[in-house]
Amino acid sequence: MTQTDRLLPVNEAIDRLEAQIRSDQQDGTLVDPLIVGIHTGGVWVADALHRALGCQEPLGRLNITFYRDDFNTLGLHPQVSPSDLSVDVDGRDIILVDDVLFTGRTVRAAMNELFDYGRPRRIALAVLYQRDGRELPICADWAGQELTLGPDEQIHVDGPDPMTARLVTSKES
Amino acid sequence: MAVKFVRPKIPKFAPDPWAIQFDEQGHLRHLLTIEGLGPQWITRILDTAEGFVSVTDREIKKVPLLRGRTVVNLFFESSTRTRTTFELAAKRLSADVLNLNLATSATKKGESLLDTLRNIEAMQADMFVVRHEQSGAAHFIARHVAPHVSVLNAGDGWHSHPTQALLDAFTIRRHKGDFTPLRVAIVGDIRHSRVARSQMHVLNSLNVGELRVIAPRTLLPTDVEKLGVRVFHDMREGLKDVDVIIMLRLQRERMEAGLLPSEEEFYRLYGLTEEKLAWAKPDAMVMHPGPANRGVEIESSVADGPQSVILEQVSNGIGVRMAVMSLCMSANRGDNT
Amino acid sequence: MKDAPENLGIDHDPVRHPEGCRPGIDCDRWVIRGARLRDPSNGLDTSSDIYLGGGRIVGIGDAPGDWPADTAEHVCAEGHWLIPGVIDGWARLREPGHEHKATIATESAAAVAGGITTVVMPPDTVPVLDTVAVARYIKRRAQLAGRARVVAIGAMTQQLGGELLAEMAALDAGGCVAISNAHYPFQDLRLMRRALEYAATFDLQVLLQPLDPSLSTRGCAHDGAVATRLGLPGLPVSAETAPLAQLIAMISETGARVHVPQLSSTAALKLIERAKADGLPITAGVSAHHLWLTEMDTDALDPNAHVIPPLRTIRDRDALRRGLAEGLIDTVVSDHQPHEPDAKLAPFPETEPGISGLETLLPLVLKLVEEGVIGFERAIDALTTRPAALFGLSDAGSIAVGQRADLTLVDPDAMWSLGSVGLASAGENTPFTGWDFAHQVETTWVNGRRVFLREQ
Repeated sequence: MTQTDRLLPVNEAIDRLEAQIRSDQQDGTLVDPLIVGIHTGGVWVADALHRALGCQEPLGRLNITFYRDDFNTLGLHPQVSPSDLSVDVDGRDIILVDDVLFTGRTVRAAMNELFDYGRPRRIALAVLYQRDGRELPICADWAGQELTLGPDEQIHVDGPDPMTARLVTSKES
Repeated sequence: MAVKFVRPKIPKFAPDPWAIQFDEQGHLRHLLTIEGLGPQWITRILDTAEGFVSVTDREIKKVPLLRGRTVVNLFFESSTRTRTTFELAAKRLSADVLNLNLATSATKKGESLLDTLRNIEAMQADMFVVRHEQSGAAHFIARHVAPHVSVLNAGDGWHSHPTQALLDAFTIRRHKGDFTPLRVAIVGDIRHSRVARSQMHVLNSLNVGELRVIAPRTLLPTDVEKLGVRVFHDMREGLKDVDVIIMLRLQRERMEAGLLPSEEEFYRLYGLTEEKLAWAKPDAMVMHPGPANRGVEIESSVADGPQSVILEQVSNGIGVRMAVMSLCMSANRGDNT
Repeated sequence: MKDAPENLGIDHDPVRHPEGCRPGIDCDRWVIRGARLRDPSNGLDTSSDIYLGGGRIVGIGDAPGDWPADTAEHVCAEGHWLIPGVIDGWARLREPGHEHKATIATESAAAVAGGITTVVMPPDTVPVLDTVAVARYIKRRAQLAGRARVVAIGAMTQQLGGELLAEMAALDAGGCVAISNAHYPFQDLRLMRRALEYAATFDLQVLLQPLDPSLSTRGCAHDGAVATRLGLPGLPVSAETAPLAQLIAMISETGARVHVPQLSSTAALKLIERAKADGLPITAGVSAHHLWLTEMDTDALDPNAHVIPPLRTIRDRDALRRGLAEGLIDTVVSDHQPHEPDAKLAPFPETEPGISGLETLLPLVLKLVEEGVIGFERAIDALTTRPAALFGLSDAGSIAVGQRADLTLVDPDAMWSLGSVGLASAGENTPFTGWDFAHQVETTWVNGRRVFLREQ
């Protein structure tokens, strides 16, 4: 059963996310941040944030296929586009962007990959939706919406144009 | 238009000889030859390789994909260069690598290939990278390995060297995009070349416009045109309108075996000089599986010239081998855990 | 006039046949009832009773007058064919010298299971069959085994080295049915010519397999499209035709009687055809696998398809079939070469060539008949009559009163497939596993003794 009413629409969630980041930026906690999206949904969100925040440097894209910890059980995921980080990450502040934060494993893989490019000064995490079910000690710095979902519920984000999100039960998916 | 290779009909008692490359789910498990892969798998390997090639541009050229897996380089024929690229590929996937140079050791003392294999299998290897002087050796090993082991053919006799052909296709694709309008010429010792055979299969599978071979008759195997190539004996005719020139390495033994009168005559007739390169298309790319014999099959100024992609082939080779290793090993997931 | 072959084999074998006899029954005497007797060389094709005694056929239709039929063993064979026992003109039994592969005991048992009653062994044993002592040893081993008759071909040169002549006349007197240098080359043409001249002096039957050593170096498959694709070192047709042409030139000068045991190519067949038309004393054979398999059977790199001479093209196979049908090719042999499993456990070019062929020789030839490729008459002729004439085995190879009681009983409607039953040979190296056959050997008599009975 779909419960779209519990989920904020994507554009509203992005607006909230952007507002939080802006206010922190004014505090001076983030210096000239580099925005990096996690393939594929995270890249869409990052792209929206990148435009909204008016960042000068190109958007970074991470494809974490080679860093996933489920290779032994699921094998190699079909690969569409490789990672693309054209800016040096050494000593930089990075906003890592994903669509949904669930177990935290994707974010762990993304951080591992980021460190293979260099040593950032700080990594902050921005997600559109932060739900329960963490399996690793990872928490978003900013989230467009926080939700508690049932064990068989999942958030599906489609995109990129337009980006939409909906709740599905695992039986549907 | 080149004559396409038509697969001979296999009688009912012989199963498709290359079906062994796939597991029961149809996933690639061994890479022994290009035959039987089809354009889908070849394209999938090349696409995956794109991701890995980008890894090698980074500061830390390593991904944790095969952490805890063991890759054994089984080289029954010594080849430092090929072994190194496989070793680097495995290490960049975070696998443990064991190099066994068997060209000089146990097998020469009468230990059978199968015994060697069983012993190394007992070391909990996950993948064998095999180089052997006999055609069909990798196929033989794949038939006899334990179910959790993948076999990657790094060259068997005159038969097959699939990763080399895949990296050549990868390099061509990066420069030229689509294969269908391309004319490709392979020049030199086709008869003794596993690389040439694999290149023919990969390029014909990817529907290359025209595939040519240029060599004297002594360096061409019988009925080579049945592999889907047009045969030329003259460089000027053969290179006309060609987009890609692949030079093969000429080994000195060929002179001793009475296949050629001299290196000089071969160079004069078939060596790729700047003069002969001008007979091809102006943007023709020059390839060589390496190591090149300068002044025997290729002129230095061509090997190092602007149309040469020889060094790029080497670096692409690592990404392509990483792709093949991870694709084959992901077929064997969970079997030995 | 030869009388030597009668001294070989199991003729005076003291060993009882392995099944034993029922009390009160003389297992030297048999009555085979109701079988369809088929021996085209005699124009015999009739359902009739046949009586065996003292190692000979003593009666067809009616028993000899005072024959004690009630103490003979009776076999009811209605619906079955009784044919002359097959004479396999070219089969390695691996003894002496390669007993880890097979022995005369195992292989002569395999022979009778395949309906073969006489096996002709080439001289490439270890030690080489270039002395009468080795010939005697083989004879004794075959007697002890008590199955098929084993006759030997003596070496033409010492150690088969192609240089010094072997004592051909002594070998002939010692019971060898022919002489041969197997597939080994002569040092040069002069020595080959002299060996043939010497053999012609005594009118010895010579068997030579043409195979040029330099053109066959490393070669393990027909030099054609399949070998090219698989990167296998090729064996060109000229490796067969060039030495065959030389051989024919020598025959025309020396007049030696020469038989080529195995042809593999159209071109070689044409040479034979011309030489025969020229009236030269040359004959030729073909192995059963060359009548069925082609280079495409090496496509799967199956080491069991690794044979020398190699499997060639479909055109070659079809030409050989036609040659056999027309009688241009005289005989069909098994080219039996049993191997231990390790000999085939290696990459294709490193494996030892050869097929374990005793048990598929007759079924494969009868399958050609079934598919209309050759006539039944030609099949039996190529397997019995012609080899009997070739090797001077005048009392074998036909069904007639007074002939040796070497007989094979075939079930023509058995419908069996190879592999489900396994091979009696010590070598299981056959590419024919899984093949379906209609005809199956049921019972085999050698010298009037039942030496094989298929278990039901």
